[in-house]
Amino acid sequence: MQTSRFHRIGLAAGAAALMLAGLAAPAFAQRDPAYEAARAAGQIGEKMDGYLGAVGGVPAAVQKMISDLNIKRKAVYAQKAQEQHATLEEYAFTSGCLLISQTRPGEKYQAPDGSWQTRGGGAPQRDPRCP
Amino acid sequence: MTVAGMGYGQPGRRGLPQGAGRAAAVLVTGAMMLSGCISVNAPDKPIVIELNINIKQEVIYRLADDASKTIESHGDIF
Repeated sequence: MQTSRFHRIGLAAGAAALMLAGLAAPAFAQRDPAYEAARAAGQIGEKMDGYLGAVGGVPAAVQKMISDLNIKRKAVYAQKAQEQHATLEEYAFTSGCLLISQTRPGEKYQAPDGSWQTRGGGAPQRDPRCP
Repeated sequence: MTVAGMGYGQPGRRGLPQGAGRAAAVLVTGAMMLSGCISVNAPDKPIVIELNINIKQEVIYRLADDASKTIESHGDIF
């Protein structure tokens, strides 16, 4: 009786550990240091449409990084949009709203008038439809 | 009533004689000739083409929660 209770507790703890590991797993996917550096340097900005853009003239390697990341973003947007019965553009634009909010001070983002802005300490300029 | 709505090209439908539309067109053309020239000024500000104009706010609000989760779970590309 006693043993079986301990056994059960052990099983429950194991299951809880597995669940935690499952939840934590996506957090391990971090930005590539080169991408992080290009963002911090203001070479890469977050656009309103949910994709990344080159701010001014950037090295070819940075341009390639932008294209690669945008292709990956588009694939994710497309899959999620389908699940949510929305269009790719709707899902990407919604993400753009959120991503502009999440920029850190010093990073670049696109304002509703299309210009590049540097994120300051306050809220960024966003499309009035953004949540 | 607009010039286009005066029955020109739709004879008889609005009860106007077919000549009325033609007369109106002549009048408009005459007025344009009297005013001399039409000036078109370029706007001061750059023209921003809003490609996302068809995206509705209600759709954005509906998708926001899911999009937020998607961004969190793809930390390497966002």
